Amino acid sequence: MGDMHDLHSVDHAGLGGAGLDNLRAQFPVLAQKINGAPLAYLDNAATTQSPLTVQDAQRHFERHDRANIHRGVHTLSQRATDAFDQARSTLKRFVGAGAAHELIFTSGTTDALNLVAHGLSTPGSQPAVIQPGDEIVVSALEHHANLVPWQQAARRCGAQLRILLPDRQGRLHVEDLARLLTPRTRVFAVTACANATGERPPFEALLALAADAGALTVLDAAQSVGHAVPDLSALACDFMAFSGHKMYGPMGTGALVGRRTALERLEPLRYGGDMVAWVSTTEASFAELPMRLEGGTPNVAGAVGLAAAADFIDRTGRSAIDAHVVALREHAAAGLAALPGVQLLSTETGASAIVSFAAGGAHPHDIGTLLDEQGIAVRTGHHCAQPLLEHLGLGPTTRASFALYNTHAEVERLLAGVARALKVLQ
Amino acid sequence: MNQTTAAELDLYQDVVMDHKRAPRHFGTLPAPTHQARGQNPSCGDDLQVTLNVAQDRIEDIRFSGQGCAICIASASMMTEAVHGGDVALAQQLHQRFRAVLTGELEPEAAHLGKLISLAGVRRFPGRIKCALLGWHALMHALDGKP
Repeated sequence: MGDMHDLHSVDHAGLGGAGLDNLRAQFPVLAQKINGAPLAYLDNAATTQSPLTVQDAQRHFERHDRANIHRGVHTLSQRATDAFDQARSTLKRFVGAGAAHELIFTSGTTDALNLVAHGLSTPGSQPAVIQPGDEIVVSALEHHANLVPWQQAARRCGAQLRILLPDRQGRLHVEDLARLLTPRTRVFAVTACANATGERPPFEALLALAADAGALTVLDAAQSVGHAVPDLSALACDFMAFSGHKMYGPMGTGALVGRRTALERLEPLRYGGDMVAWVSTTEASFAELPMRLEGGTPNVAGAVGLAAAADFIDRTGRSAIDAHVVALREHAAAGLAALPGVQLLSTETGASAIVSFAAGGAHPHDIGTLLDEQGIAVRTGHHCAQPLLEHLGLGPTTRASFALYNTHAEVERLLAGVARALKVLQ
Repeated sequence: MNQTTAAELDLYQDVVMDHKRAPRHFGTLPAPTHQARGQNPSCGDDLQVTLNVAQDRIEDIRFSGQGCAICIASASMMTEAVHGGDVALAQQLHQRFRAVLTGELEPEAAHLGKLISLAGVRRFPGRIKCALLGWHALMHALDGKP
């Protein structure tokens, strides 16, 4: 960590010379006071704020091009269809998807992961991909959204759910996965970054090992898409899920992107309009990808906004954003670890924008309330990862998470705010 | 920022912090006539209340578990307030305390005793369920058949 002078000069110079003040002006929501203090928004792992370019792109669609897609022969319907298709290509490029891949718009990561778990565990014109006696391996770092759908899928199919446990520091190891894989392993699901602890597992090697063993591989990229989006072209990944609202895009948007051959094995979750080829009163055949998995009218303005968010990230610079949030995390981690009674999670992880901690005697909800009084927004609780925190011998934690608009001055306020809260509570 | 914040003044008063640091009637009764558990899934707070009730009177009460300062202090003060009293009085006190937190009753009019130190919670809507967790467990315990 550099000295404070260096860190504050970063606040002024900003990312890739863009100037943090200029960048922050793109996010009007940040310019407000909360309880009399300037807002320090450090809950980005839950939801990032969206810049004006994203909001403008959505508004432009709503004002000029709004119509249903793939239906009318009229001009607006064609424009809306073009905008939707354009958004899809932009996002495919953003995640490194090639000709062998396809992208399905969803309402977010949870929706995308349910689409996969349901699609592999439900019989349609073919038997379900997951059969009785098969095994599903899920890591213990997962958000409930990448655990509960697999619990249900295993139950539905008579399959066995096996958990890849982390070590005492919350790290996953390739050797541990090797011991779990068998010829019956049908699916392996893992996160690219654990939302509760900030741990960044070696997901590239884990996915490659599972794919070699013949498993379908699932990557939850929700926490990495905003600063270190996984490159699908370089991964042994069949399905990758991410959310718009964690990458400066609209809430209620997201995608499932993956290999076409894998996506084609999914039984659709929603039957209805737009996803069929022909329909009689008793039967239907389904459309090709991607529409096969996108039944019903999609959130077209949301897709347009999501693509604008991807463009915004690329214009700002992926590596500059990543370096900035990782530096903020390191600054916060070093300062928090120096406070009395604070236990930091995933101390050693690199390339993460999340810092999570427990403090003996001080409950996260009390810390969160006292920080909010000083205008500082953090997340407190179980972070939808109760089994992980129990495995690590912890209860709820306090989590700060960073985005491209956060400053080292805000990290200093967090550190002072936590120190002060601990003084009141311990 | 150096001035004392509203939360520090209102929410974490000395009496609240005293009950959080040294909760009263903490533990479990060996052979309770009534018991129940209250959980808040969003934060993991988890309290158990055990009771000995005879002739509609709470003869003894213990609570155990984990929670935030507001949750523990409220449960601790609750045990003091209802210990040795009638079941009906405990239920009425719960209703008045709840009404204060949800803004339906002014604290001064509610005859809350020491619990008035938690009245500030009504200005923090996200924390009301913390203050009511122990009470929910108590009410469930009393509703259960002995």
